[in-house]
Amino acid sequence: MPRLSIWFIRSALTYLVLGFTLGALLLFNKGFPFYPFLWGLLPSHVEFVLFGWTVQLVMGMAFWILPRFSKSPFRGNEKLAWGTFILINVGIWLHVLGTIGSGSQWLVLTGRVAEALGIVVFAVYLWPRIKGVGAP
Amino acid sequence: MPPLTRWFLKSSLLFFILSVLFGLLLAVQTPLKLPASIVAFSPVYFHLFMVGWVAQLIFGVVFWMFPKYSKEKPRGSELLGWIVFGLLNVGLALRVIAEPAQALNPALVWSWLLAVSAVMQWLAGMIFVANTWGRVKER
Ligand code: HEM
Repeated sequence: MPRLSIWFIRSALTYLVLGFTLGALLLFNKGFPFYPFLWGLLPSHVEFVLFGWTVQLVMGMAFWILPRFSKSPFRGNEKLAWGTFILINVGIWLHVLGTIGSGSQWLVLTGRVAEALGIVVFAVYLWPRIKGVGAP
Repeated sequence: MPPLTRWFLKSSLLFFILSVLFGLLLAVQTPLKLPASIVAFSPVYFHLFMVGWVAQLIFGVVFWMFPKYSKEKPRGSELLGWIVFGLLNVGLALRVIAEPAQALNPALVWSWLLAVSAVMQWLAGMIFVANTWGRVKER
């Protein structure tokens, strides 16, 4: 698999660890409440498992296996897809930082904007690769 | 496709169906004047969807299609793969029972089932990552 897919997927697996760990703590805490502060980490759980794990895994797979072009660069403008990788990851952490402790709506908003931009850039990048296998 | 992948995929389809049935139940709550307390099913609904269906589908396809770990062990440890399958499915099933039960009628047995469910799903995730990491590579 190509380098960027390795980055997307290793990053996704790392967020799976973080997200499942928070989820398990929350679920355990529903059975035996031991640390009420955990509820404050619910938005981080959601951010890690949705954007961190699921979205990045799918993006890494798409970058890897969708049809390539017949001429170099075979995967199109890879810089765009790298941009998505950075925007999504920065967005996740801004969002998470904005929701823990006293929080900041501005961090949350900036994080959301970064994620949204990352997704738009990815759609623009991927669009021409959605084609027949033999097509140029 | 390897047998473990078939189990993951078939189980993921069953969870998908179960998930939308819970979704349906939540949707008919108001029109059928069901007790408001069934909103306690809402976390079960979207975890059946995202863990039972989406994550499990991903686990199965990853096990099948990722680059080979090595010549002798192309798919990493098959045994660990089966352990992940067991932990994830039993862990999630326990949640489906215990989480609404705890919300509707708290009891020590539900607390324990929630704790066991949490540990099982957590282990499933960690073992999946450990068994997959070495296959995320160029070829
Ligand atoms: C792909 C994996 C997962 C996804 C996409 C996911 C998604 C979510 C979402 C969107 C919520 C927000 C609920 C809300 O705002 O009310 C949530 C809550 C929660 N999640 Fe997960 N989750 C995942 C895995 C897990 C796992 C593995 C566990 C436990 C082992 C877990 C435990 C919880 C708990 C305890 C809550 C709080 C439920 C409540 O509101 O009472 N999650 N999750």
